[in-house]
Amino acid sequence: MLLIHCPYCGQRPELEFRHGGQAHVARPADPSATSIDEWADYLYLRENPKGLHAERWRHVHGCGRFFNALRDTTTDVFVSTYRCGEPRPDGGSAR
Amino acid sequence: MQKFSAWSLLKEAFGGQQGWQPQWRRATPKAEYDAIIVGGGGHGLGAAYYLAAEHGLTNIAVVEKGWIGGGNTGRNTTIIRSNYLFDESAQLYDHSVKLWETLSQVLNYNVMFSPRGVMMLAHNVHDVQVFKRHIHANRASGVDNEWLTPEQAKAFCPPLNIGDNIRYPVMGAALQRRGGTARHDAVAWGYARAASALGVDIIENCEVTGIRRDAQGAVAGIDTTRGTIRTRKVGVSAAGHSSVVLGMAGVKLPLESFPLQALVSEPVKPAFPCVVMSNSIHAYISQSDKGELVIGASSDAYNSYTQRGSMFINAHTLAAICELFPAFRRMRMLRNWGGIVDVTPDRSPIIAKTPVKGLYVNCGWGTGGFKATPGSAHVFAHTIAHDEPHPINAPFTIERFRDGRLIDEAAAAAVAH
Repeated sequence: MLLIHCPYCGQRPELEFRHGGQAHVARPADPSATSIDEWADYLYLRENPKGLHAERWRHVHGCGRFFNALRDTTTDVFVSTYRCGEPRPDGGSAR
Repeated sequence: MQKFSAWSLLKEAFGGQQGWQPQWRRATPKAEYDAIIVGGGGHGLGAAYYLAAEHGLTNIAVVEKGWIGGGNTGRNTTIIRSNYLFDESAQLYDHSVKLWETLSQVLNYNVMFSPRGVMMLAHNVHDVQVFKRHIHANRASGVDNEWLTPEQAKAFCPPLNIGDNIRYPVMGAALQRRGGTARHDAVAWGYARAASALGVDIIENCEVTGIRRDAQGAVAGIDTTRGTIRTRKVGVSAAGHSSVVLGMAGVKLPLESFPLQALVSEPVKPAFPCVVMSNSIHAYISQSDKGELVIGASSDAYNSYTQRGSMFINAHTLAAICELFPAFRRMRMLRNWGGIVDVTPDRSPIIAKTPVKGLYVNCGWGTGGFKATPGSAHVFAHTIAHDEPHPINAPFTIERFRDGRLIDEAAAAAVAH
């Protein structure tokens, strides 16, 4: 079981959290002006990196809040967790 | 290739088993091939075999970064069935079941296909309705599937607890009698042996590090840890690492890779006659010919390439097994492991051409690729040989996500994810 650092509550076991998929996926501001390929990318395409992954978690059985995390998918080590709205701490691209 | 027969077994038995030869050639990479398959699992080796056997392409190679069958082919729970809801899926998976039925004879290698029946348990009204819908859809498209009452389910699988003393009592079951299991390693070895005999080079310990393109953007070769190999056609069959390999050619796919776990018990005498799946409370169980109970747990919630997964996932599955099969409560578990499965948004695979000329992909099998091994390999070989999909895999494109033509087995809930 992973130990996850909630930015609001501190270190808690994975069972208290729910994974929310890739972070920083922005919905196109004007969907009707978005091309069909861009819309498909927004809906379905995810980075799936072998390495650092910026992802959302929600502390469902705790404070209930969403936050973002940077985790290495080759080791499952959390490099850091940070609050929603903050930029990705390693400066990596959102997409 | 040495042919297996009762006579050859007898001869070797009296000859001290000294006459057996390696089952496939240990190949070193040539400078150029007509086609290269990336990934030496069942799907990749099968595709190479069908390319050679049915399409006459024998100057081909399978490159595998580890040893063949060491990925998900050797890590799954070997369940075979075709009771999927949508016609496209039912056709694809049933194509596979039909190939399973004669595979041992075709390959002259015992893959131990055992159509012992796959029974899926219903635990609530929604399950009952969904399974009955599946049964009717399957029967309409010629795929066997039938409804059992709890008593009939108990008669088919005596260890099953159908009492009302558990949290989610059994309300019935869907049974596919043609479903069952096969020996996972034998599938990889059997395809490797047959492909090698037809001239296919099987190159182990050879990891792909790049995909070369020519001036027009078409595939020109691959870079590997054992050197550069020229080719005009590359078929990627890399399961959990499909995103990584396709990324080398700049192709992005709607895939996410998750750990999926399985475990086996200590071996015991034959005690379990069929395969039982319970999607609602999540338990998959069968008994191998070696006597181990083979148990499938669920995938983790987060994407990862670790081949591990969290322990509580296994504990959750074992809790369900103990309720459904009280006789197994004191069994000890021997081993557990994880594999990395590549999951698409609609939980259906992608077997298709890519935007890059000469690059083909067979991926997105998620938690259920083993059952499809022969069928998937067969249509993938057709796609590579003809540069056009076989009618069976024509709907399983990458573009279906853009066009909204999903084959939404995820929503159909035929399987737990």
